[in-house]
Amino acid sequence: MRRFALIAVPYLWLLALFLVPFLIVLKISLSDIAMAIPPYTPTLDLSAGWEGIKSFFAALDLENFEFLTTDDLYWKAYLSSLQIAFIATIATLIVGYPIAYGMANAPDHWRPTLMMLVILPFWTSFLIRVYAWVGILSSEGYLNQILLWSGVINEPLTILNTNVAVYIGIVYTYLPFMILPIYSALERMDESLLEAAEDLGCSRISAFWLVTIPLSKNGIIAGCFLVFIPTIGEFVIPSLLGGSKTLMIGKVLWEEFFNNRDWPVASAVAVILLLILIIPIILFQRNEQKQREAEG
Amino acid sequence: MRRMTWFNATSLTLGFAFLYLPMLILIIYSFNDSKLVTVWAGFSTRWYGELFRNEAFLDAAWVTLRVAVISSTIATALGTMAALVLVRAGRFAGRTLFSGMIYAPLVMPEVITGLSLLLLFIGIGLDRGIFTIILAHTTFSMCYVSVVVSSRLVSFDRSLEEAALDLGCSPAQAFRLVTLPIIAPAVISGWLLAFTLSLDDLVIASFTAGPSSTTLPIKIWSSIRLGLSPEINALSTLLISFVAVGVIAASLTSKRASLRRQAEERAAVAA
Amino acid sequence: MGQTTFEPWNDPEVEPLIQFRNVTKNFGDFTAIDDQSFDIYAKEFFALLGPSGCGKTTMMRMLAGFESPSSGTILLGGQDIAPIPPNKRAVNMMFQSYALFPHLSVWDNIAFGLKRDRKPADEIAERVGQMLKLTRLEKFAKRKPHQISGGQRQRVALARSLAKAPKLLLLDEPLGALDAKLRQDTQFELMDIQEKTGTTFVIVTHDQEEAMTVASRVAVMDHGRIIQADTPANIYEMPNSVYVADFIGEVTIIEGRATRTRNGDAYEVAFAEGQPPLRAQSDRSFGIGQACHLAIRPEKVRITAEKPEDAANAVQGAILDIAYLGNLSTYIVELPSGHLIKAQTANTQRLSRRSFTWEDTVWLSWTETAGVLLEG
Repeated sequence: MRRFALIAVPYLWLLALFLVPFLIVLKISLSDIAMAIPPYTPTLDLSAGWEGIKSFFAALDLENFEFLTTDDLYWKAYLSSLQIAFIATIATLIVGYPIAYGMANAPDHWRPTLMMLVILPFWTSFLIRVYAWVGILSSEGYLNQILLWSGVINEPLTILNTNVAVYIGIVYTYLPFMILPIYSALERMDESLLEAAEDLGCSRISAFWLVTIPLSKNGIIAGCFLVFIPTIGEFVIPSLLGGSKTLMIGKVLWEEFFNNRDWPVASAVAVILLLILIIPIILFQRNEQKQREAEG
Repeated sequence: MRRMTWFNATSLTLGFAFLYLPMLILIIYSFNDSKLVTVWAGFSTRWYGELFRNEAFLDAAWVTLRVAVISSTIATALGTMAALVLVRAGRFAGRTLFSGMIYAPLVMPEVITGLSLLLLFIGIGLDRGIFTIILAHTTFSMCYVSVVVSSRLVSFDRSLEEAALDLGCSPAQAFRLVTLPIIAPAVISGWLLAFTLSLDDLVIASFTAGPSSTTLPIKIWSSIRLGLSPEINALSTLLISFVAVGVIAASLTSKRASLRRQAEERAAVAA
Repeated sequence: MGQTTFEPWNDPEVEPLIQFRNVTKNFGDFTAIDDQSFDIYAKEFFALLGPSGCGKTTMMRMLAGFESPSSGTILLGGQDIAPIPPNKRAVNMMFQSYALFPHLSVWDNIAFGLKRDRKPADEIAERVGQMLKLTRLEKFAKRKPHQISGGQRQRVALARSLAKAPKLLLLDEPLGALDAKLRQDTQFELMDIQEKTGTTFVIVTHDQEEAMTVASRVAVMDHGRIIQADTPANIYEMPNSVYVADFIGEVTIIEGRATRTRNGDAYEVAFAEGQPPLRAQSDRSFGIGQACHLAIRPEKVRITAEKPEDAANAVQGAILDIAYLGNLSTYIVELPSGHLIKAQTANTQRLSRRSFTWEDTVWLSWTETAGVLLEG
């Protein structure tokens, strides 16, 4: 009985507030926009009995999805989201790996502090961390002030409201997600493996490529997914740092919903976004699974 | 071969400079007298004064705090239960769906979570306000709590519970007297995580908040959409220092505790 | 050992393979190796034996090139190896943790060093094949390190470090991770492989039995110094110090004062009031009444019910403790003076005929040559 209650309470909560809402999204994505409250048809009228259910399903169609394929805004937004997420992930890896490597090679008594310094930004407001870059990157911002003052440039650079600003924002905010799994892989690595590689004739650099990189592979993969997956649906960074030309699907969905009030299309956009995410999520899960098995 | 080469020292210095300089600049310029955020015009705390006179910010902060405390508390209870189910309940019908629902919100884009909850609330005719934000925040943060707690439960030595049962505890007593005190640190960090996630959330709150229930992130968002604002710098400084003090205090406490433990263990060995 | 003729350290003509010349190694304030000079000869199986922290691992890591001496030189084949980085040394090491690359198969682990030398593929394949055969791992070539047993991993590590046919192979606690039974088998296997390949082995271990079994010479170390380096038999029978006598095997050590006997062929050791002095021969010379230690191996002490007639040394005491070890029994006998002396008998008869039990009064006796007289 106790076990039943233990399972039932969180189970029902998640069913009601996670699964059901998602099914509603799925349903509305198949509906048509209407000037009504709620602004879509059909609505399920259970008082009409079986006929009501039948006519309800008859009115559902894939029209919104067809619309998404005809208007190239959407598939461009999907592609551009993937592209931005991909480039930003690579950039985060390039920035994050040396930091993780430096941490793993730091003296033992430093590591808890370094670890805390990496995690600390994660606890501070995401919004504020993105906002901090507005002041740095704007045309009269701190970066331009320094560059102009030092004479590196004569004209202020336009960085804010471009994709470059979006990349910087993503690298900055998601860096801890890249550093932590790589660090934990590097930290676990047995030092004598590198000595063994050297003993068998490797130089320091080739030992890095032949031993360190392969052994931190799982950390790299995990870090990349942890950055790539949430970045695809990112809304705050492209809205705040990106320009009008920065197309990302999270931003499109938001605008479709709040500005155009087209709930069915917004829902269809969400459904497709989820379908796109399923592939990297499954790959990520498989990587985690493999790692667990390798350790177990 | 753990050694601080110049390469490691450089990458750490640059890396942490990258992580902390933007926040540092934000903090410094929050004490700027000028209304133009990027032009330094002398030291002043006027924006903090303005901030505390701004009713809208104070209201939003109060809403946010209430939402965060309530939702993180419910989420901790539900998340701990979910963790127990995941680690202990063994097989039951719908287990796969259950663990799927625990892990899915972690990777679900916030826009989708927000959208779907909003559609639910409208569908069942629930008026949007603090209550709906609490429901929404509880739902996604309980998943984080359950991940944190279940990772602790996995490494929990079950023979401790068996010992408690052997010594005459009922299962409920064994949980309350043995399991809970041991997993307590994980439960607490789960609560803190849920609390921070709730404080931090813009997207889901935007979907699920009503006109009368603006949270701080929503308020911040609407002002920074319009550009830089010295008041927001002041507010950011407060939030950053709040978190920094909390995290540093927590890590110092845990470090002290572990040092004391080591000293006690040494003393025990020496005795 | 069956190697009575292999004694290059006694032949001044033979050039040593490795020479330590006044080598000192400091880590900050800590002196890990303290001004040591010694030689290791080609084809030797040389053991560095000592408790943890005695400097034996540092010694080995200097040979491998992971540490360099603070002062002094190490010569390999007459050449100073200080400037040669580990990856260019004709020295390979078998790590205590084995350090097998977890992402590579057994085959690729063994081939790792050969590939670094950019050897042609068929040559690598042939050499790896030889190594697999030598270590009886042919069946496991395709497995990853986590898919094989501890003993097999140990052999992979050995094969990998032997693959490049190093002049010198260093083994860091090679059997430490194996259980007792497997360890014994592996010891003989190691000796066999060492003999087959003719490689010079330097092994680091804290297990004296292991060192005694495998090594042609054992160097007993303590606090950064080699206390004694000699054949296992000499180390056991003729320890040069109380430390070595105590470290290797079981021993009873009696403190006393030595005085040369009147006819001059032995010493008398006075060790307690009311006890006759003990007689012992020694090559060392002691002054009159000089403080000394008499080290007696328990198996050289006879235990009898009656006082033996002709014994050079005979003392009476009561049995305090008996340790039955299967093949042997060790008796701990307390003398009236409070001294404890160990005596060992081989259990050649079945258990039922055990002649002594607790609190029996017995006589212990030993010859003049049984004990080793050491400086106090």
